[in-house]
Amino acid sequence: MIALKVDNLSKTFALPRRLFGPARPGVRAVRPVSFQVEKGETLGIVGESGCGKSTFARMLVGLLEPTTGRIEIAGKALDTADPAAFGRLIQYVFQDPISSLNPRKTIRQIMETPLRLLHGMTRADRAARIAEIFDSVNLREEFLDRYPHEFSGGQAQRIGIARALAAAPEIIVLDEPVSALDVSVQAQVLNLLADLRAEFDLTYLFISHDLAVVEAVSDRVVVLYFGAVVEIGRAESIFNAPRHPYTRLLADSAPVVGRPLTAPEQRDTELPDPLNPPPGCAFAGRCPRATEICRAQDPPLTQMGDDQLAACHHPLDP
Amino acid sequence: MSGFLKLLFRNRLAAVGAVVLGTILVLVLITPLLPLKDPNVTDTANKFIPPFTEGHLLGTDHLGRDQLSRLLHGTRLSLAVGLAAAVIAATLGSAVGIIAGYFGGRTDNVIMRGVDMLMAFPYILLALAIVAALGPGLLNALIAVAAVNIPFFARNIRGITVSLAGREFIDAARLAGKGHTRIILTELLPNVLPTIVIAMSTTVGWMILETAGLSFLGLGSQPPVADLGSMLGKGRDSLITDPHTSIVPGVMIFLIVMSVNLLGDGVRDALDPRLKSGALSRPRAMTAVNRKGPVPETDDKGLLNIQNLETQFHVGPRVYRAVNDVSLHVKPGECLGVIGESGSGKSVTALSVMGLVASPPGVITGGAVRYAGEDLLGASYKSLRTKRGENVAYIFQDPLSTLHPLYRVGDQLAEAIQCHHKISDAKARARSLELLRAVRIPNAESRLRDYPHEMSGGMRQRVGIAMAMANDPDVIIADEPTTALDVTVQAQILALLDDLRRERGLAIVFITHDFGVVAQLTDRVAVMYAGQIVEQGRTEEVLSRPLHPYTRRLIACVPELGGGRRRLEAIPGLPPMVDKLPRGCAFAARCDKAQDSCRAAPIALSRDGDRAVRCLFPEEALRKDAS
Repeated sequence: MIALKVDNLSKTFALPRRLFGPARPGVRAVRPVSFQVEKGETLGIVGESGCGKSTFARMLVGLLEPTTGRIEIAGKALDTADPAAFGRLIQYVFQDPISSLNPRKTIRQIMETPLRLLHGMTRADRAARIAEIFDSVNLREEFLDRYPHEFSGGQAQRIGIARALAAAPEIIVLDEPVSALDVSVQAQVLNLLADLRAEFDLTYLFISHDLAVVEAVSDRVVVLYFGAVVEIGRAESIFNAPRHPYTRLLADSAPVVGRPLTAPEQRDTELPDPLNPPPGCAFAGRCPRATEICRAQDPPLTQMGDDQLAACHHPLDP
Repeated sequence: MSGFLKLLFRNRLAAVGAVVLGTILVLVLITPLLPLKDPNVTDTANKFIPPFTEGHLLGTDHLGRDQLSRLLHGTRLSLAVGLAAAVIAATLGSAVGIIAGYFGGRTDNVIMRGVDMLMAFPYILLALAIVAALGPGLLNALIAVAAVNIPFFARNIRGITVSLAGREFIDAARLAGKGHTRIILTELLPNVLPTIVIAMSTTVGWMILETAGLSFLGLGSQPPVADLGSMLGKGRDSLITDPHTSIVPGVMIFLIVMSVNLLGDGVRDALDPRLKSGALSRPRAMTAVNRKGPVPETDDKGLLNIQNLETQFHVGPRVYRAVNDVSLHVKPGECLGVIGESGSGKSVTALSVMGLVASPPGVITGGAVRYAGEDLLGASYKSLRTKRGENVAYIFQDPLSTLHPLYRVGDQLAEAIQCHHKISDAKARARSLELLRAVRIPNAESRLRDYPHEMSGGMRQRVGIAMAMANDPDVIIADEPTTALDVTVQAQILALLDDLRRERGLAIVFITHDFGVVAQLTDRVAVMYAGQIVEQGRTEEVLSRPLHPYTRRLIACVPELGGGRRRLEAIPGLPPMVDKLPRGCAFAARCDKAQDSCRAAPIALSRDGDRAVRCLFPEEALRKDAS
């Protein structure tokens, strides 16, 4: 069963109009993206800063209006006008656990809001449900009457996860959920997420810049570059046998114990300018394999191998 | 609340203001009950009686009305009007500000341009125009004063709201099903309320003054009703012959406005989080040193040698023992890694070297930091300052917050050089260019003229490194320099640092939480936990054969690329708070090998050559025989 289907979703941010001269074209933060996610699957989304992964995530949960395209959850197209309708189907866990909790509200007030507004539960039902969720995320109930600043990052992130669970969604978008946490706590939270997925039959979209973490938690991985999908593949194979040179560059750049220090890239490479995007492949300026066609034509996402897709004119050999 | 009051009354001037204002408030509240004469009954036979006369304590005015009675009734009226104007202005202004800040875009633009237009008129002129349109009268004066103060609140509150509206908890509330009204009332309002109170407490005095001003001009209260402004206005006619008729209301206005302002400033200082966090107590230029024990003898290890360093933070009655008995050294051309989780004391150790820990609350309570044999902790500020940047330089995590946003990077580099060397601007500029080339910034010539915000994160960190290199230091302390960067950029920065150290024989202390980075860059590594070094040794040995259970389990926590999908090892629990350190091993509570002996007494660091471990039951025995 398909839990989430994204069709040609894109976002262009309008630039402020100039006093004189023609209207400017706007910044294309996300180019048309299409994919689907099976129920119970974890889809990893990796990319560097500015690749559009947060913009993409915010469109998925309805916090940002897409410029084109549609989102279907469990076969139904979503109406972007009503965040509450989104809220019952898809929830979001934020990167910064502390700043995603209102500093002037107790944890109980924060936890009750989705139960009351999305599901209209009575007070007794709410208390029972909160107790149940807190038990699932290994938090003590005495935390409920405290304020967010009293918690460590790991605890606050559990509260953020608990809030997302309270809405009883089908899908949870996890936007860098562990990058603000220490490694020992990071592992606790990642394992908790894996347990919850099984317990509540959830589908995850896991966004991160950390390839090793994404590989450890995902079934499939989408690699984004400059607002577009450059490669999709199974987590176990995409970094071992990348087809797109950018995926290879990412995999080679991650510091790994036992690998000597090398800069995998020439030092004077320039990143593409979002205000003045290159005509062809956005990666051509950094790519050792780039030729004339790359600078002229944007490569489409094509099937390569059984379950791998890459957008490249000169893909790497598997 | 009691904390707020305590903070407020620690400010003596605010306490004086509160007492004066309180007295006046009590007096005007009980005025109707006091045995006073009717304030509006004229008695022209007894006009201009001087103060302290029988029956007229403060004398009488030009119509023979009792001044004391008029003063108290007038004060009552003035205060009521001023406060009412403040409340109205705060309510309307804040509502406008929150709506503009929350919705942003066109709404914001239209509202704020309207507010700007209101502000373009001179203050008193606008009030006069409003009163002229509505006609004189106290109520109309109140409306005018409130109206001219709305922009102040609107602009203030809009600023706060804009920064709050971008925060993630607002998005979270929207996903929890809250509509705009609910978000504004239940999420935003509680967060801007302190600011509204602060703004009100600092403007209420001003508004009382403005109301008095309008009455003084005859546009506020109408005869025979008195308020302070109209009393002053009438008194003016006989200022020379009978000064008491104007001095009495004048002194009252002075007392009210002065006490309101003193109290308002106190309230602001006590409520403002920026001031509360210590912005009022500026840290000293170097960390306070108060060594309890003797200074350790030099042992001639390395160029930079940290011996038994202890750094603490004294906050009220609590003592945070951030760094306990840390010894590290680094030789020229060597790269020492310091690895640990947040709160392990690795950054405080690094900052202690050059006395950069903010003091108060930081105090170095023991040990020594030797640069080429000289103890830096005992050094004077002058000597320390000549060494900062010249001998030991730092690279910090976030170059956006360490570079000054308003100066071009070339000028900042030149300044760093000219701080230590008297050279001409042209020479400093040439040297800056050379430095930018050395850190491999493309188009260095044109980049000199860039502001920090015009550069990408990787470029900015290169400038940070160039600035650290500016005076050819021997030691560079890099505190998580690549944590904020993308992996592809991180790889380039690490390669650059490695090249620099090999070319120039730099000693690098590299602080990080990433084992991959440690493995690739460093020769030796020290692992810190709860302010102590728990393990130390050559990097490949520590990583391949960890001795301390914490090191072993921390390495196991980190997922490595190429491992496929799996369950990760985790360390249950949290590190201890450094103000409540246990007596024995700090890791014992999370360790599966811990025995009673671990908790009983502090564990010593056992050494074997380069290798050291602080554990009673290490994973493997430390070979004492081989050295």
